[in-house]
Amino acid sequence: MSLVIQAGAGRELGNPRGAVVTDVLFYVFAALALAGAMGVVAGRNPVASLLSMVLCLGSVAVIYVLLEAHFLAAVQVIVYAGAIMVLFLFVIMLLNLGHDYKPDLRVTLWLIIPVAVSGALFAFLARQLRGADVPLDTSGQAVDALVAEYGAIGAIARPLYTDWVVPFEITGILLLVAIVGALVLAKKRV
Amino acid sequence: MMINEALLLSAFLFVIGAFGVLVRRNAIIMFLCIELMLNAVNLTFVAFSRVVGIEGQLFVFFVMTVAAAEAAVGLAIIISIFRHYESVDVDNFNLLKW
Repeated sequence: MSLVIQAGAGRELGNPRGAVVTDVLFYVFAALALAGAMGVVAGRNPVASLLSMVLCLGSVAVIYVLLEAHFLAAVQVIVYAGAIMVLFLFVIMLLNLGHDYKPDLRVTLWLIIPVAVSGALFAFLARQLRGADVPLDTSGQAVDALVAEYGAIGAIARPLYTDWVVPFEITGILLLVAIVGALVLAKKRV
Repeated sequence: MMINEALLLSAFLFVIGAFGVLVRRNAIIMFLCIELMLNAVNLTFVAFSRVVGIEGQLFVFFVMTVAAAEAAVGLAIIISIFRHYESVDVDNFNLLKW
């Protein structure tokens, strides 16, 4: 992580080697994220799929660091790759799905339909996102200034507790509802 | 930083997740693919936060909370379905099929 921050700092100082390191890291971890995502879809064993997912999430966390979102990278690793994936793993263990699974990825002619749908979706998304050449400042100086002033966590916490405090409180209610709902649904007898 | 490349990567991740939901029949893996799609959207938010402002990172925070709540409730539903059918293959769940 410190290497990446140094690389970013080098780029700001006009050091071309820092920019090259950042680029190489981006492409390496983008490839790892794609490999992990494909492993999720292609994996026969649910546990193998899950571990590919952890690889994908970790690589995306590194890309968050490269995009200077350090706090979110930490949250991604702790909450997503840590808590949520462990929850999945527990359910797989609970249902004893680690073995005697039957292959569900059947290669038939019907596979054409999902391939076509995904291809169309990708064409649409790529066109929309590539077309997003908004005439705005892409150097991220506004965010960098906020982070320099308040720190990586303070820059997010300040709007969270001022402008967005109502959605934040509603999030708390959402989590409470999720706890109660999960308990009621998974309980043996209601 | 390379915002366009990050957006393209997130489009790839989203499409792989959507493809997985369409192709796989194992409920847990379909659920993992939904998480993959949420993650791709998060990457878009972070990339755009370099352009638009810190609020993009704030929304990722909310999306992560919703993803955690969704994972808890969804896995509870999968467990209660497994109790009925002894399987997580969605081909067995055809009660609402017309």
